[in-house]
Amino acid sequence: MVDTTYIFLQHYWWFIISLLGALLVFLLFVQGGQTLIYTLGKTDMERTMIVNALGRKWEFTFTTLVTFGGAFFASFPLFYSTSFGGAYWVWMAILFCFVVQAVSYEYRSKPNNFLGPKTFEVFLFINGLFGTVLLGTAVGTFFTGSQFSVAKINLTNISNPVISSWETPWHGLEAALNLHNVALGLAVFFLARVLAILYFMNHINHPEIFARSRKHLLYNAIPFLVFFLTFVIWLFIREGFAVNPTTGDVFMQKHKYLLNLIQMPVVLVLFLGGVVLVLWGIAKSLAKPYTKGIWFTGIGTVLTVLSLFLIAGYNNTAYYPSTFNLQHSLTIFNSSSSKFTLTVMSFVSLLIPFVAAYIWYAWKSINVKKIDEEEMKNETHVY
Amino acid sequence: MEHFDLSLVNWSRAQFALTAMYHWVFVPLTLGLAFIMAFMETLYYKTGDEEWKRITKFWMTLFGINFAIGVATGIILEFEFGTNWSNYSWFVGDIFGAPLAIEGIMAFFMESTFIAVMFFGWNKVSKKFHLLSTWLVALGANLSALWILVANAWMQYPAGMFFNPDTARNEMHNFWEVLLSPVSVNKFLHTISSGYVLAALFVVGISAWYLLKGRNVLLAKRSIIVASVFGLITSVFLALTGDGSAYQVAQKQPMKLAAMEGLYEGKEGAPLIVIGALTPGKQYNDNKDPYLFRIQIPKLLSFLGYRSGDAFVPGVKDIVEGGYTYTDKDGNQKVALSAEQKIERGRIAIQALADYKNAKELGDTTAMAYHRKLLDANFEYFGYGYLNDPKSIIPNVPLTFYSFHIMVGLGFLFIAFFILILYLVFFKEFKINKWLLRTAILMIPLAYIASQAGWIVAEVGRQPWVIQDILPTVAAVSRIDASAVQVTFFLFFIIFTTLLIAELRIMFTQIKKGPKDGGK
Repeated sequence: MVDTTYIFLQHYWWFIISLLGALLVFLLFVQGGQTLIYTLGKTDMERTMIVNALGRKWEFTFTTLVTFGGAFFASFPLFYSTSFGGAYWVWMAILFCFVVQAVSYEYRSKPNNFLGPKTFEVFLFINGLFGTVLLGTAVGTFFTGSQFSVAKINLTNISNPVISSWETPWHGLEAALNLHNVALGLAVFFLARVLAILYFMNHINHPEIFARSRKHLLYNAIPFLVFFLTFVIWLFIREGFAVNPTTGDVFMQKHKYLLNLIQMPVVLVLFLGGVVLVLWGIAKSLAKPYTKGIWFTGIGTVLTVLSLFLIAGYNNTAYYPSTFNLQHSLTIFNSSSSKFTLTVMSFVSLLIPFVAAYIWYAWKSINVKKIDEEEMKNETHVY
Repeated sequence: MEHFDLSLVNWSRAQFALTAMYHWVFVPLTLGLAFIMAFMETLYYKTGDEEWKRITKFWMTLFGINFAIGVATGIILEFEFGTNWSNYSWFVGDIFGAPLAIEGIMAFFMESTFIAVMFFGWNKVSKKFHLLSTWLVALGANLSALWILVANAWMQYPAGMFFNPDTARNEMHNFWEVLLSPVSVNKFLHTISSGYVLAALFVVGISAWYLLKGRNVLLAKRSIIVASVFGLITSVFLALTGDGSAYQVAQKQPMKLAAMEGLYEGKEGAPLIVIGALTPGKQYNDNKDPYLFRIQIPKLLSFLGYRSGDAFVPGVKDIVEGGYTYTDKDGNQKVALSAEQKIERGRIAIQALADYKNAKELGDTTAMAYHRKLLDANFEYFGYGYLNDPKSIIPNVPLTFYSFHIMVGLGFLFIAFFILILYLVFFKEFKINKWLLRTAILMIPLAYIASQAGWIVAEVGRQPWVIQDILPTVAAVSRIDASAVQVTFFLFFIIFTTLLIAELRIMFTQIKKGPKDGGK
């Protein structure tokens, strides 16, 4: 018998995961900004303003990443065990990128910091470059697949009970050899830089930084569009990993992801609306001195990424496909937590609007004034 | 037939232990210092005395330096459950993942939102909102500790779950049993209070250094008073929750208790070892005296473990060989099985799962029901089925024993220290006692040693289990090369150590500078 409540919960939690993923990509503007410290800041004071503008937000990106991981673990544990335990190197590389970021803001300007300010700035750059590219590349495998197997019966093999195995010795590095994945990784990288530039234009009160930001907006928007369009067009013309809703069998279907958009009009509207907003924010900021581009491009980013996650998991699609054995692919049905656990967590998720409200209020309270040189001279807690 | 790669298991354990131990260097200070700062800011809010604000901001600076690296090490722990313990992630993810997700939604966002207000909001928000933010940082930090400790406690005492053979995993059926199990409650209270005590000793120790140097005297005296009162209350609470934790260990993890006390042969009216040294090379079934020397309190172990001075406490040998009588969780008297019998029962459970799966594929419902019944009847020993040697259920006894006694000994020393400090503060001239000020500084590393020792007891003492009786560590690992884990182990070691050195240098420099310029 079909348990519609359970199916609803599985869809609900895929939506939550997608939303967290979308917010994470938006918040990667912190990472993008970290790769622009020396490009946009020519004096110590300018760099200090840039670092502090980012430093007051880095924890949200970090927390969103941690929550994204925790929520994925709780709602789709088979993904957690299969991907993290298999694509070991790519996830470890991402972790290393984020470990070095966490301390860099706090330690960068502190006296006697052992490694020197430059080293911490290099850490920030590493996090900004590799963190974004690798995350994008890893998410690319949601559409291109990975070589893994899952056999729960292995649990009964007492000398080798591991159920998820990566079937290539590269353990995740192979994802970087797939150009489609890399296109998404680079699109995320340049998008993060675009968002960072728009954020600086909005948040730092400094004419030189503003002028330089506008100039570099163009330089980053063009490669972003090239890589994003490459990824999306490729995605729409390629075969996708479809699931037979009756048997649960996974099979290759032409234009699956394009069909998903067409068959889910709401998601299509989200996608098109998102893309338009992203482009609008960029175009308006290029056309004239404009400080509110981050709102359009930021919201557009969230909508676009959300829709991409939704077409990866909804409409009878395997969101984590196995190219080793199609039938081992993960879907929101075969990899989710139990109905009871999803229900418990759904009650907890009702807190999310409340959390969003206090984040909004707190941000508003401390961001009433733009960052300027005066504040950097008077503030007691400066990065 | 393939075999467990023990090298992989050991390196995976080493990597997790490395991350956890580094993480726990920073977390307890965050837990406690957040409250101490909140108390101090409350005093500022109530009195309007600018000196309290200066004191609060100084400790906040040290908090910020410490917090950043705690965050860095924390993210690794969360993801290592997947990268290094993938089988574990599936087998118990339905239960274990939920606290992690709730931690993110409820605690991390609260912490990271209000920490920004706490650091940058002094001149931007009202005094009241700032104070609220500082309290919410403390609450958020402690809430995050709640959820991860609930998850850890569940591994020590799996409650509120059942095994679902269709999905081949454990599933939650009662959230409140997971959250409020006696092991969870004790573990949470004991662990956070250890953080409070550590933070109190940290504040007292640094303040003592200022007094020795004759600098920042007002800051130091006020800090010592706030931290010592906080420290005394929480260290007494620490002892009480420690007693509660030990009682739970006796009931749920008797092997861990035996290892904590170096008790090889069980007895009625078992004594508690106050100080002792173990005989090197002692085997569980030889006739060597386990102790080179010992000072003990008669009957106390029986009393603490079973609330009766004459109760029987099983030793390592009893638990391996079985045959003693115990009371199960439903209050029934039972004769303990030997480890060998438990391994046999575990194998039956695992085979029953295989047969159940096979019958399901064939659509044989009668056979399914039969094997399901067999599985359920033997499931409590499921994890034993992966073990080959009865001796493998014995943890590292010396490490557990010494860690336990160091932790307990230092815990009582801290209570005495706080009493002495407060007595001198209120009844004598504190600053002239230079020896005591130096002792106060020495207490800081001792607090860290006690704190680490506590986790060694908890985690080494429960080996070979990652989930008590249900999943041994050897069956929980990911299928990766041991060499890959070796590489990441050393990379983590280098990064964590480098960052620790940076943190200590920055911290010492800030302490030397004092609160003059707000900590920049």
